[in-house]
Amino acid sequence: MQDALLDVRHISKRFGGVQALRDVSLTLRRGEIHCLVGENGSGKSTLIKVIAGVCRPDEGEILVDGRGVGHLRPIDAVREGIQVIYQDLSLFPNLTVAENLAINTLIEHGCRWVTPGRIGRVASEAIARLGIKIDLHREVAELSVAERQLIAIARALLQDARLIIMDEPTTALTRREIDSLFRIIRTLQARGISTLFVSHKLTEVLEIGERITVLRNGGKVAEGDTSDFDYGSLVHHMTGREMCRTRGGPGQPGPPLLRVRALCRRDAFDDVSFDLRRGEVLGIAGLLGSGRTELAMSLFGLTPADGGTTEIDGEIVRLSNVHDAMARKVAYIPEDRLTEGLFLEQSIERNMSAADLGSFTRWGGWLDLGRMRQAVGKGMATLGIAAPSTASPVQSLSGGNQQKVVLAKWLMGRAGILILNGPTVGVDVGAKAEIHGKLMELARKGMGIIVISDDLAELACLCRRVLVMHRGRIVDELPMAEANEGSLAARLSDLE
Amino acid sequence: MERLSRILHRNEFYLAATLVVLAAVIATVNPAFLSLSNLFDLCKSSTVLGIFALGVLIVLLSGGIDISFTAIAAVSMYVTSQILLAASYTGPVIVAFVLAGGLGLLLGLFNAFFISCYRLPTLIVTLGSASVFRGFLLAFIGTKIVTSLPAGMVEFSKRSLFAATSPGGETIGLSTSFLLFIAAAAVVWVLLRYTMLGKGIYALGGNPGAAARAGFNITRLQFFIYGFVGFLSGVAGLIHACMMRNANPFDLVGTELVVIAAVVLGGASITGGRGTVIGTLLGVFLLVMINNSLILLGVPSYWQKVLVGLVIIISTGITARRNPQALHGVVAS
Repeated sequence: MQDALLDVRHISKRFGGVQALRDVSLTLRRGEIHCLVGENGSGKSTLIKVIAGVCRPDEGEILVDGRGVGHLRPIDAVREGIQVIYQDLSLFPNLTVAENLAINTLIEHGCRWVTPGRIGRVASEAIARLGIKIDLHREVAELSVAERQLIAIARALLQDARLIIMDEPTTALTRREIDSLFRIIRTLQARGISTLFVSHKLTEVLEIGERITVLRNGGKVAEGDTSDFDYGSLVHHMTGREMCRTRGGPGQPGPPLLRVRALCRRDAFDDVSFDLRRGEVLGIAGLLGSGRTELAMSLFGLTPADGGTTEIDGEIVRLSNVHDAMARKVAYIPEDRLTEGLFLEQSIERNMSAADLGSFTRWGGWLDLGRMRQAVGKGMATLGIAAPSTASPVQSLSGGNQQKVVLAKWLMGRAGILILNGPTVGVDVGAKAEIHGKLMELARKGMGIIVISDDLAELACLCRRVLVMHRGRIVDELPMAEANEGSLAARLSDLE
Repeated sequence: MERLSRILHRNEFYLAATLVVLAAVIATVNPAFLSLSNLFDLCKSSTVLGIFALGVLIVLLSGGIDISFTAIAAVSMYVTSQILLAASYTGPVIVAFVLAGGLGLLLGLFNAFFISCYRLPTLIVTLGSASVFRGFLLAFIGTKIVTSLPAGMVEFSKRSLFAATSPGGETIGLSTSFLLFIAAAAVVWVLLRYTMLGKGIYALGGNPGAAARAGFNITRLQFFIYGFVGFLSGVAGLIHACMMRNANPFDLVGTELVVIAAVVLGGASITGGRGTVIGTLLGVFLLVMINNSLILLGVPSYWQKVLVGLVIIISTGITARRNPQALHGVVAS
């Protein structure tokens, strides 16, 4: 191909006993937006590292502008105009925007002495190239994730990038910020700069990509123009499975379990009324700031409601703290499981038993460790948590498995009402399907489940009804039997 | 206007304000505080603490911590005194400084070796090496206090700038060693502000992974940092010996914490990446002033310890409130 910028041919790489990449080829044209998708462990990261020269392949060759580059070292990759923006962005939170922008260039030029003036000049050029405005004197720690990403992109451009590889760039961004990132990527494209967009968020991939390459278990399983794919086929390629056969949620729901009437909380939500039945999965959709998270937190007693009534099993209850909620068997799995739901450094066992220590307590407050261990083992088996032992720290698990630990933690407390906020954020497609399966199973056993999510496909897949929240009120209720992702998305974008 | 608000947001501003207010209070209660001899005395007292503090600042900035520097100082000054005495050396003091600085540098590189090559936590390495250095000193070099120092060192301790005679008839002057402190501060200031090496130290403390990816040679950085701190400690140790007019191998134990406290008081983050030379100097002066001048106020000396502790907790608390990241260091991204 004559206008190929980067040509990766028949790359294989082995780490010990694991075949990380098997005969993978990838061609990137000048100015192309190419998406690389795959589950965690599919080999995406290894491929990026090979292209960046961080990791040497066992077999295969890499061509830049049609020339073989032999053994690529990181510095060679940079000289060829290949820049990787890693998920952590590689910024220095303690330095100013200007210093962050300039530092790589100054090192590259082998400078020993620097002056604030010189740093300022280099930095101004960087932001001029990207065409953004930002206060160069601010510390990066004060910036939002989206702003930091811009800094990382500007820094890459400064080093004459021709290909920018972005590793999971949208993980911590809001929808609005994602849109502006996409605009930037398209601006870069107009200037002939290629982007390799690495992600497992399929809706975004379908939106931004021109071409898509799918990896599974270290091998390339599909490649083609974006128009050749849709959500379902991408999931199929990534996992080798079909997704979501259970559209519209599990069978017929039972009697009302939770009855909320005119619930309100100042500056959060107002006049919220709905019913949740036994065996039902109820969705709540809404933009950030719509009050959906605050509502969930009130139902769990974290931020008690100011007014209105809540009935559980026909009995009016006051949920003024977490204790009340737990006594009523309400469980909440927060949005940011890493900070709110888990003790990352502690073992799986300690995490899982934390919500229900009371039931393992014997006379005098001593813990019955034997019984606890048994219950934890059972929980791990039911949810299919892949871990070497119950003593492994939670931080050693993958995102999907971490989320399952949170789930298990609350299930051990035998919850009656389970509220999940973004249950599969940061979880790959395979583990997602598994978590969905578990939720369905729990609903079938008579639990009432509320799912709050930005992932409309997820809501469409799990729920029979979806409540749409806007500015603290429920503005719509969409039955999922007829509505699908598309109509849900349309309804939400109307609100903006 | 923007510039003004930036100044008002800086830690140094509050430190300087505290320093001025405290000085004013002390001076009103006891006007002797403002006498030239007392001010020179304060400068002299801040010299050793200050040089140590500059070293600690660099280590803290790089995201590490060093608690072996007082041990390095003790070894350097004691061994240097012994060598010069054994050689019956009577020449200029510069040789003593070179010797002590060199010894300190070597011991610092010993730390750097374990920290860099085996990637061990800096706290553990320096905790261990502090004990090794001190034990080695006492076991193999000696435990006797050297009371008659080499002539050059004695002379250095007596030398002072602009000597004058006070109305009372005593000679007062600014100790020459204070100049060394100011020179060291200037060198570190230039290093941190105008060299890539300095930016590398900040970068390493802010995000070690990114620093390596940006192209900094982390091993070289760490060898520089711990070597330089060792050098500064050796020099500070020698000055200490000169001022005390003896070389005591048991000396300087326990001052680590005071020094680290002064640096943290000066706004440096204990988790790395944040801190300035100016802040450190202010922290040192503030601490020395509290320590020395409360006597002038008639505050019992045990209360000084309480007060110093409170000042540290409160000032760090204020820093943390204004800038939550400063204490936690790590910023999720």
